[in-house]
Amino acid sequence: MPKKALVVDDSVTMRQMVSFTLREANFEVLEAENGQDALKKIEGQALDLIVTDLNMPVMDGITFIRQARALPATKYVPILMLTTESQTGKKMEGKAAGATGWIVKPFDPPKLLTVVAKVLP
Amino acid sequence: MKIDLSRFRQTFFQEAADHVNNMETALLTLDAAPDEPVNPEVLNLIFRAVHSIKGGSGTFAFDDLTRFTHRLEELLDRMRQGKVEASHPRVQLLLRACDVQRGLLAAAEAGTPPGPEAEQLLEKLAVAQRDGEFASEPAPRMRAHDPQVKFGGRSTYAIHFRPSPAIFREGMDPLLALRDLADLGTLEEVAADLSRLPELAELQPDTCYLSWNIRLTTERELSEVESVFAFIEDGAEITIEAQAPRGLGKQQQSAANKPATASAQRREGPHRRDSASIRVSTEKVDQLINLVGELVIAQSMTVEIADHFTPARLPELRAALGEVGRNTRELQERVMAVRMLPVGTIFARLPRIVHDIAESSGKSIRVEMTGEETELDKGVLEGMMDPLTHLIRNSADHGIEGGAQRLAAGKPEGGVIRLQARHEGGNFIIEVSDDGRGLDLARIRSKAIERGLLTGSEELSREEIQALIFQPGFSTAEKATEVSGRGVGMDVVRKNVEALGGIVSLKSREGQGTTVIIRLPLTLAVLDGQLVRVGNQIYVLPLVSIVESIQPTRQQVSAVAGQGEVVVVRTDPLPLLRLHQLFGVPSEITDAWRGLVAVIEHETRRFALLVDELLSQQQVVIKNLQTNFRKVEGAMGATILGDGRVSLILDVAGLVERSRRITGGFCGKPRGPLPAGMPAP
Repeated sequence: MPKKALVVDDSVTMRQMVSFTLREANFEVLEAENGQDALKKIEGQALDLIVTDLNMPVMDGITFIRQARALPATKYVPILMLTTESQTGKKMEGKAAGATGWIVKPFDPPKLLTVVAKVLP
Repeated sequence: MKIDLSRFRQTFFQEAADHVNNMETALLTLDAAPDEPVNPEVLNLIFRAVHSIKGGSGTFAFDDLTRFTHRLEELLDRMRQGKVEASHPRVQLLLRACDVQRGLLAAAEAGTPPGPEAEQLLEKLAVAQRDGEFASEPAPRMRAHDPQVKFGGRSTYAIHFRPSPAIFREGMDPLLALRDLADLGTLEEVAADLSRLPELAELQPDTCYLSWNIRLTTERELSEVESVFAFIEDGAEITIEAQAPRGLGKQQQSAANKPATASAQRREGPHRRDSASIRVSTEKVDQLINLVGELVIAQSMTVEIADHFTPARLPELRAALGEVGRNTRELQERVMAVRMLPVGTIFARLPRIVHDIAESSGKSIRVEMTGEETELDKGVLEGMMDPLTHLIRNSADHGIEGGAQRLAAGKPEGGVIRLQARHEGGNFIIEVSDDGRGLDLARIRSKAIERGLLTGSEELSREEIQALIFQPGFSTAEKATEVSGRGVGMDVVRKNVEALGGIVSLKSREGQGTTVIIRLPLTLAVLDGQLVRVGNQIYVLPLVSIVESIQPTRQQVSAVAGQGEVVVVRTDPLPLLRLHQLFGVPSEITDAWRGLVAVIEHETRRFALLVDELLSQQQVVIKNLQTNFRKVEGAMGATILGDGRVSLILDVAGLVERSRRITGGFCGKPRGPLPAGMPAP
């Protein structure tokens, strides 16, 4: 059975690129535009992985991670943050909120897959 | 595993263009309310836009763009955190940054090296990041592009210097400038251009015929290089172009360019290219798939009934066919909707143009928009960008008066330009109005006489005089706009709108303002047509061009000596065009009072088009004649009727032209007595 991932990013390009990469790695991928959208999309899903951007309208990535960690279904799902180097503070904040790891932008498919392989059981 | 992301490039460019547009709109809202506290959400939105562009550009290795957006992001972050103020000069700088981002995106898309603007603005952004009030940038002639170019301390400039021919008579010497340049750094190359030197006999010893191309490498800032020419720039031709290391920028920028014009042109430039693809929401696609599914079911039901058909099942068959018809119609509508985009997508770019003009002319102009969500065919929308830009520039530049003049006229100091879009009876209407000085009728009239468009003896209504500004050649003179207040390229606006199957008209009151009304078809693919019959031929007349249809009485039709026939509708004598004559089709009806005439309108003038019979009105799909056959004057295309016959779709402008050629009548003649047709309200 393919593993299921959720990609959260307000940028269509980024979302499509991350999803494409994960699909190439045999994931089934769901997409969400922001944290709030993501919380809606994870309802009733059994996810194996979440990749989320941090800076998004409506609900940012940190808030989303915090809320996802409070839900039984996503309490233990690996959550990766997509982040940029300039946001070291954000990285720590994300970690505190419950993120499993991070992927540094600019987005690079092999890098993503390496990190994914590391966090998946 | 090799994963190729290049397929997402197009998505990135589209998304990035949206982000830049959003950023620009947000910046303009900041600028429109300078006294109000800055809404943090607006700054966040701008930040996110830049952040997203940066994120994508990194992946695709658009390094110049990454570097630029990175710096931009730093400034925005500081603004967001309240460390520096979102002051007017900073907002201006960020607006410039929008242009630069567009330039960098276009360069990345085309794979060409970017212009020098990015490097020039980078330094400014760094300065603007610091605390305190960041000074507004004055725009004197020599600093049309930004000073302070630096690449790791050293820069190379390509300098073209052609002194004024009178430089010696003014007591100056170009050699001094060259020596001053040498003092600034290393002169890599100094080449004198001797090509303008005349024969010795004709040589004026006190005239300078030479020019120089110089390459200078220096650690000094651009402003210092520019200052060398400070006293000899009058009448001179001077361009200084930074040559970046890493092969950046070969684009030349004349020092005399007005920044506003330059940036406006840049913005319009890349706009037209992106018509190759269209972004459709997954929701719309899902609806389409649903509909196709229903259509397939309905169709298989029909087949099933037909296979086991008995007369008793006729009602069933009818119902099934009805279902197929309904689905087909809905499918047509939905597919059409895929091409529809909100007009706001082009409206959004106009405030910036107004802003730039207001900024450079010291006027205060507000832009109000309504109906931005109204949708229009993407093709039509793209074709409207130029005419709208033109109109809005006219309004801002020439329509709206300066503050003092407005106050003296008892108007509020700030002018208003309104953009309205709405659907009206199957058409799409765009109105551009301003509360400026309006058209000067006397001036237009005298200009028209000067240009030979009028003889001076005509009695013209206000509307007819105003319509003259749409005539080609009305405003060819450079100074055309200074007094008349309008008329710049209005013929081009009309031509563009008509090319889209639309009609443009104008209302103006002196001292109160001007409104330009553009009426467009909703789509370029389908047209609301009136089928008309002539002999055994059926033609389609666009519904939009028909004012009314009447059956004239014998008394209404009369011949005017040497000028053909007219049909008098109420009090107006309208030139009669015989469709059968225009296309050489045999018809049983030759007396106008036995047939029907459709009153059609072209350039505010009306004509009576004689046909045998009016048939039904229906939507027709426009097929291109030129690609499938050849160009036919008087026809904009063809369509296939329900019974499989091909029918020409008539083009009113072309018909009038064709008639002029065939009959030599007075239709469409640009001068001479005009029939007193009133333009549409």
